[in-house]
Amino acid sequence: MSVQTIRNVFSVETGYRLSDDQIVNHFPNHYELTRKDLMVKNIKRYRKELEKEGSPLAEKDENGKYLYLDFVPVTYMLPADYNLFVEEFRKSPSSTWIMKPCGKAQGKGIFLINKLSQIKKWSRDSKTSSFVSQSNKEAYVISLYINNPLLIGGRKFDLRLYVLVSTYRPLRCYMYKLGFCRFCTVKYTPSTSELDNMFVHLTNVAIQKHGEDYNHIHGGKWTVSNLRLYLESTRGKEVTSKLFDEIHWIIVQSLKAVAPVMNNDKHCFECYGYDIIIDDKLKPWLIEVNASPSLTSSTANDRILKYNLINDTLNIAVPNGEIPDCKWNKSPPKEVLGNYEILFDEELAQGDGADRELRSRQGQSLGPRAGRSRDSGRAVLTTWK
Amino acid sequence: MLQEESDLSLIIAQIVQKLKGSNLYSQLERQAWASLQRPEIKLESLKEDIKEFFKISGWEKKLQNAVYSELSVFPLPSHPAAPPEHLKEPLVYMRKAQGSWEKRILKSLNSMCTELSIPLARKRPVGEQKELLNKWNEMGTDEPDLSLFRPVYAPKDFLEVLINLRNPNYENGDSLSFRTHLGLIQVPLKVKDIPELKECFVELGLNIGQLGIDDSTQVPPELFENEHVRIGQKVLAEQDSAAAQQYIRQGSPTALRAELWALILNISSQPEDVLYYEQLKTNVIQHDLLVDSLIYKDVKLTASNDDYYFVFEDYLYQVLLCFSRDTSVLSHFAYNSASPPKSYIRGKLGLEEYAVFYPPNVAPLCFLYHEPSKLYQIFREMYVRFFFRLHSISSHPSGIVSLCLLFETLLQTYLPQLFYHLREIGAQPLRISFKWMVRAFSGYLATDQLLLLWDRILGYNSLEILAVLAAAVFAFRAVNLMEVTSLAAAEAVLADLSTLKVMPLLQIFLFATVT
Repeated sequence: MSVQTIRNVFSVETGYRLSDDQIVNHFPNHYELTRKDLMVKNIKRYRKELEKEGSPLAEKDENGKYLYLDFVPVTYMLPADYNLFVEEFRKSPSSTWIMKPCGKAQGKGIFLINKLSQIKKWSRDSKTSSFVSQSNKEAYVISLYINNPLLIGGRKFDLRLYVLVSTYRPLRCYMYKLGFCRFCTVKYTPSTSELDNMFVHLTNVAIQKHGEDYNHIHGGKWTVSNLRLYLESTRGKEVTSKLFDEIHWIIVQSLKAVAPVMNNDKHCFECYGYDIIIDDKLKPWLIEVNASPSLTSSTANDRILKYNLINDTLNIAVPNGEIPDCKWNKSPPKEVLGNYEILFDEELAQGDGADRELRSRQGQSLGPRAGRSRDSGRAVLTTWK
Repeated sequence: MLQEESDLSLIIAQIVQKLKGSNLYSQLERQAWASLQRPEIKLESLKEDIKEFFKISGWEKKLQNAVYSELSVFPLPSHPAAPPEHLKEPLVYMRKAQGSWEKRILKSLNSMCTELSIPLARKRPVGEQKELLNKWNEMGTDEPDLSLFRPVYAPKDFLEVLINLRNPNYENGDSLSFRTHLGLIQVPLKVKDIPELKECFVELGLNIGQLGIDDSTQVPPELFENEHVRIGQKVLAEQDSAAAQQYIRQGSPTALRAELWALILNISSQPEDVLYYEQLKTNVIQHDLLVDSLIYKDVKLTASNDDYYFVFEDYLYQVLLCFSRDTSVLSHFAYNSASPPKSYIRGKLGLEEYAVFYPPNVAPLCFLYHEPSKLYQIFREMYVRFFFRLHSISSHPSGIVSLCLLFETLLQTYLPQLFYHLREIGAQPLRISFKWMVRAFSGYLATDQLLLLWDRILGYNSLEILAVLAAAVFAFRAVNLMEVTSLAAAEAVLADLSTLKVMPLLQIFLFATVT
């Protein structure tokens, strides 16, 4: 079902009720996670809550930066936080910022700025006299641009990972093992003259497809296992494992952040496309989450991957290929996982966390350690880290 | 005994001679002079003290490594009366064949030159030099018109030449017995059979742990992997080449691989090496060779379209272009049956140029080294030690002729039904596996598997494992192959090797097949 249809299905006016044997592939208010502004809002709120509780997760370092929860680049909503943004901008005037429309996808409408005058110009061009009267659809977010991304072969790339969530309370999510990296066709340069060149900065396939160097055979994509091999060979195993652990951590935390506000309708499951960028200090940053990740394919390998993705997703959401019953406990047996592995299972985590000590590599929960660490102290967190 | 002793002293003399001219020698000298300042060196026992100092400071290890690498590389000295050609290649008919093959390539190259009226080599005008310097890191995006360039030869041309090799002194006899070789290669070279291979590759045995098998998810790491990694780290700490070579026969952990290979090939990143690389780079910028365009075209056709290697396209250009101007590689021609043709920059000093080699396999190395000069060194060393044998005709047991023969013999002896069937339908197995072997499987296997395979090439200092793997692949897909009825169908069955796991295949073929 498309996002549009979901909105209709769940809207109060239509009075449509899903029966017990109907399962849909979106949560009613998924936009809490997938709209760029709401995602940031929810994460900020989650952090503040943890801080209030005095949880060790919300610990900050001497600069006031969160130690474990700093995975989203500094972001402001426009027009609402314009003044806050200007303040931040003036603190580091040589930084670059990226403007993204909240509700669009595929890299549409994105541009980079490094001077305040450029925003003013943009607001003039979009034909509004002041920032006040902007309808929701034209809201923008502005984030600090990561201008030191990890480069391979001199090119910028980002990671696209698929995460399936079958329920939010208790949180149960699965990560697809075969994510991929999308490369730009042009060499990366942070120089200001190339700020307008979207082929250098944006990795969306929809954009890179139109570049003159785009190659249809491999589509500028690498598998995550390739990336892992490369990083292990050139940087060593420990930092690579740490990087991937951090990526898993980010995903779980972001889901936890929106879990309280998410309408945990039992008819729903959802497969998200997570976009992550790694900077040259091997720190991963969450860029955005997509509710309808592109399921079209640009190359032969791609088609196979997406086919398997859909297949495995349906196997987990609707087990045994029978008519679904939404009252089931949503705990699929291990065999149907296919290429998914359990990322976090709240039920399991709160159960016998103790003998999950062994790190079994059969793709068992990477989660339980995170579950334990939420209640236990700092020491456990550092092993997770 | 006396013969052995004199052989040994001959070898020692040769090695000493070689090392005297190397960088290491001057470094050792400098160190020795510097060590005179140290308090523990006394005049009376000068020699012993300095030796002791070398041992402690690790310089002795470096010398050991250098000697070891010379030993592995240099062929054994032969009879003192033998002419130098004999050292390159003892069999006359092979030498002749290589000579005529080279002539053919050169002729083709020259005719391409005259056709396109491009000189074989020319000096670049200054403006163009500046441009190339700017674009040095981005040569992948440049798209000159290359449609008129044809590759000089394809693997199957080379295969045809090998097939037509005949030893004029060998009479096959008219009667066909079951010992007759039914394959394509008709040259009587000695190749190993499975019992001999088992002895040779004893570390690949079933009861010895391997990376590539025993590090898969089902096996708990305590059993093998952790211990192996620990030993690997120890080997690196000791900086011992010989130990590293022994260790790597069981595979190298990904994190340690880059350093292990550098250790085995005895490459350390000295500032002189970086300088050398920069010098080559300058050469590239100043002079334009016809070969460059051919290289460019080949990389565009192969690596740019490859799922794993497209990212490194620009590195490939840099390395290959520099390589084609590297004269130090010429020293390996002393034991390569090929010889470089000479070409001259218009009027200038004679820059020796290569016969157009079939572009060797740089791309997988980009996964290990991301600094251009180190990448270049490793690549050069690997080419000079191993991969050149895949492109020239010789009787060396690691040469391509022997590999082909080994492959065919293995197949004929241990899978006779399959071999016969394929032959009947016109699909001689060698025709399919040749392209794998000539590229050392680069571009056919998944990268991590390829790196495991190359670990073993380094460990055993021979390319025979390529032939064994090729035979193992055929054995693995035997059931499907028995059902095909044409060459095209056979090729289709063997078209995709990217899902194969190298080590289990090798183990099964060598140690678990009922002979």
